[in-house]
Amino acid sequence: MEYKLTFKEYNEAMKTGKLLGLKCKDCGSITAPPKMVCRKCGSENLEIIQLKGTGQITTFSTINVAAEGREAECPYTIVMVKLEEGPWLLGNITGVEPLKASMDLVGKKVKMQQATIFGGDKFSAGESARPLFALV
Amino acid sequence: MRKVAVVGVGETKFSGPQTKTGVELFAEAATDAMKDGNVKAKDVQALFVGNCLSDFAEGQGMVQAFAAENIGCFNVPANRYEGACASGSMAVRDAMMWVASGAYDIVLAGGVERAATLGTPLATRTFAMFSDARYEFPAGITFPGVFAMLAHLYAATYKIPIDKLREQMAAVSVQSCKYGAQNPKGQFFGKYGDLTVEKVLSSFMVASPLTLHDCCPFSDGAAAVVLASEDVAKKLTKKPVYILGAGQASSGPLISQYDHLPKIYARELASKQAYKQSGLSPKDINLVELHDCFSIASLIASESMGLFDYGKSGAAWQKGEAAIGGRVAINPSGGLKSKGHPIGATGAGQVYEVTKQLRGEAIPALQVPNAKTGMTDTLGGDGGTVVNMILQRGW
Ligand SMILES: [Zn+2]
Repeated sequence: MEYKLTFKEYNEAMKTGKLLGLKCKDCGSITAPPKMVCRKCGSENLEIIQLKGTGQITTFSTINVAAEGREAECPYTIVMVKLEEGPWLLGNITGVEPLKASMDLVGKKVKMQQATIFGGDKFSAGESARPLFALV
Repeated sequence: MRKVAVVGVGETKFSGPQTKTGVELFAEAATDAMKDGNVKAKDVQALFVGNCLSDFAEGQGMVQAFAAENIGCFNVPANRYEGACASGSMAVRDAMMWVASGAYDIVLAGGVERAATLGTPLATRTFAMFSDARYEFPAGITFPGVFAMLAHLYAATYKIPIDKLREQMAAVSVQSCKYGAQNPKGQFFGKYGDLTVEKVLSSFMVASPLTLHDCCPFSDGAAAVVLASEDVAKKLTKKPVYILGAGQASSGPLISQYDHLPKIYARELASKQAYKQSGLSPKDINLVELHDCFSIASLIASESMGLFDYGKSGAAWQKGEAAIGGRVAINPSGGLKSKGHPIGATGAGQVYEVTKQLRGEAIPALQVPNAKTGMTDTLGGDGGTVVNMILQRGW
């Protein structure tokens, strides 16, 4: 069975600021990032939809020790965002000084911005968009 | 299904970077386990080895086949298990299943890793491979970052002020270092025994809110156990330790686990399976070796295993309920934090520690009095794989 929404298509859309997801035609749940089946009920009966990109920060961390090759990015803040449609995404936050990021961020409303790009390294089989959020 | 016993255990010292190859490290642990279990290499019918990163650490793939030949287990089926930090426990659990099924009577299982050899930058990169390469790594997730986010989420979920939670987490590291400093097999033997909450809080911030002393080290090391069916075990040893229950479950990437976080759902499932199979419950457990890759991970693990109420385990640690002599002794070996975390070997190392405890052969200062039943908990990645096992004295 053919994969409905591949990483490549999801990634290309994100680079243009569009967040795609899958809506289950059986249970109505939204799956994002994409999978073969609905993450709730396992159905293959899915359609591609565009998500709003709005949500709430559920948690965060400011990273001071990076993976090999990414040391220059430190310090940077990662956030988990619960999208309005349900799924959680991992991304970065703009407009917040990394070393000042605090528990105040939790629960804050955010909107997805134009994605930045992780250029990839020798292990990663190419580049990937990295979701970027800003406080609203 | 037949009853399965641990008849022999062996372990190298867990350490920082060292010069023995992965095959050599595993061979030392394996031969010690076979001697301990009165088993000869020719008696071993299969070899199961947990190993994650030998490819990166020393350019060595298929370490399990070469290890089998190296120790004289000539031509036996040899399987490698990769489930991130749970690899060793996957190998032991599978060995148990094969013996229980009747296919084999004696299986050697364990694991080996040279994670310290990788050095911090490459180790940080390769450990991040246990997050989603496409949907998590690009934003810059790291392993400490995963547990740092879980710590903030834990604080928010259970409404614990972050400063208070940080003190609770520090109490976990202090206890582990106190015990581990007395464990000669441990990486921090003789070190950090006098760690204090203040020192944990003021050490270098790796990923907020986790400092260096909230994190376990990168380690080299190997551990191995010999498993045998009940009837064979009784001929080999007077002190068989039975694996009464074992559970294993999987999950998708961290961002897909949102229905349950900060709980790790795979652990809720795996521990329930282990309790059900053993017919035991959390109150029966005298000691636990659990997966404290980070201080917060101990709190999350102990709660999902039913040892403490959700949101309450940090206070339990502070009150000494997780100490030797407390309600349930947690990580008397020093755990991953102090004993060390050679990832592919870690789970087999936990079985080593619990077996020694149940036999009454632990380091005297670390021996849990009257330990009859123990449990292991091994977490692969951020919940992608979890294995729990319950072991009991068989005499
Ligand atoms: Zn569905």
